[in-house]
Amino acid sequence: MQETVVHADGEPARGEAREAAAAPQATRGRAIVITSGKGGVGKTTTTANLGAALAAAGAAVVLVDADVGLRNLDIVLGLEARVRHHVLDVLEGAVDVDGALVTDKRVPQLRLLAAAQTREKDDVDTEAFRDLVTSLRERFDYVLIDCPAGIEKGFANAIAAADEAIIVCTPDVSAVRDADRVVGLLGERRSVRLIVNRLRPALVRKGKMLSVDDVNAILHLPLLGVVTDAPDVIVSTNRGEPVALDAASAVGSAYREIAQRIAGTLTSSPEIPRERSFFEKLFGGRP
Amino acid sequence: MIDFFQRLFGKPSSSATAKERLRLVLLSDHLSLAPEVVESLKHDLIEVISRYVEVDAEQCDVSFEQREKQIAMLANIPVLAMKARQAPRPPEPPSEPPAPPAPEPPPESIAAAVAEPVGAPAAGPKTPAVKRAPKQAQGSRPRRKRRKATSQPATAT
Repeated sequence: MQETVVHADGEPARGEAREAAAAPQATRGRAIVITSGKGGVGKTTTTANLGAALAAAGAAVVLVDADVGLRNLDIVLGLEARVRHHVLDVLEGAVDVDGALVTDKRVPQLRLLAAAQTREKDDVDTEAFRDLVTSLRERFDYVLIDCPAGIEKGFANAIAAADEAIIVCTPDVSAVRDADRVVGLLGERRSVRLIVNRLRPALVRKGKMLSVDDVNAILHLPLLGVVTDAPDVIVSTNRGEPVALDAASAVGSAYREIAQRIAGTLTSSPEIPRERSFFEKLFGGRP
Repeated sequence: MIDFFQRLFGKPSSSATAKERLRLVLLSDHLSLAPEVVESLKHDLIEVISRYVEVDAEQCDVSFEQREKQIAMLANIPVLAMKARQAPRPPEPPSEPPAPPAPEPPPESIAAAVAEPVGAPAAGPKTPAVKRAPKQAQGSRPRRKRRKATSQPATAT
């Protein structure tokens, strides 16, 4: 239990190695906010899995839970028992940032900065939060910020420090409408890309669900990837083990590919999962 | 198979319905016209048209529609009867219809046309009661890579 809070000092994270390297401006890490507007579309799950996939691929990653008051990133990652301090402790100077970062033992390149559970979003000073993220960018390759639902103070805090945004959208009318609103609020300054989450190709084929193209005909965003609605995600969340670390899982593979697109190591455009037609199934054709 | 028959008998798929509903709701979101503003616009429209013809206020419908690259305002206002030529004029100078409510100055003007008059669905463009007046709707917020509304007035169907 002494090891519950693992200090970043002395660990050979790539982000820290960079500190000694040339100009900090040229080598700064990336701050990416994962947002959606609507709640319950899978922001936290996406943040956890992209963080795990990026870290597993060798990058130094810190996940910051900006959902103060409704903290969940810790439990999705299975790190809830090891959180001792949270982001407000850091912002208010009660503990330094290394004292609050939790290292994921499965993927030591992955750290978590948990949100405060018993505080409110209005307690977070936007400027201080921005400075914290900026300081984390100096040490990590990726700072992924899990944005709360809504477009109020918590959203403003979460996007303030990020120069890239990933919109998570499910193929339903309310999620698309909210995503459209959020895209407008993010402004032109940031790079904004899209992940369509919980797609059910069989329903799309039957005309019972909006397709990826339908969603993006409205949002007009570069597509990072598509994640299907798979039981693996539910099971992995139950266990607190990111599905992206499960080499056998198809949906885990989808997250890993998205991570590669973020890193720029995969440049092909994302494949949109399709349900095979009756005849394709019958004759074993490819979709 | 059920879907096949539904399609055969012209019932749209639920995803098509979702697309259409999204299209309409986003249109109104981008116009930033609050429902009460639309209601007020409708009320004023009826008031103006009532000076000339007797309309069925209950059956009036005002909506916005995306057409190619512009947004059109469609007003479907059933006419019950023509008013006599010498019908009393309203107290205010009736030459111009009153401007629609415009709480904010539009950053980007969107052309709209009042069209679709006279309850009968077969009403053609020659129907005398057609009121066609370009109106300035409220501007939408600037968007990224979005279809831009042009400032040319839309034509009525």
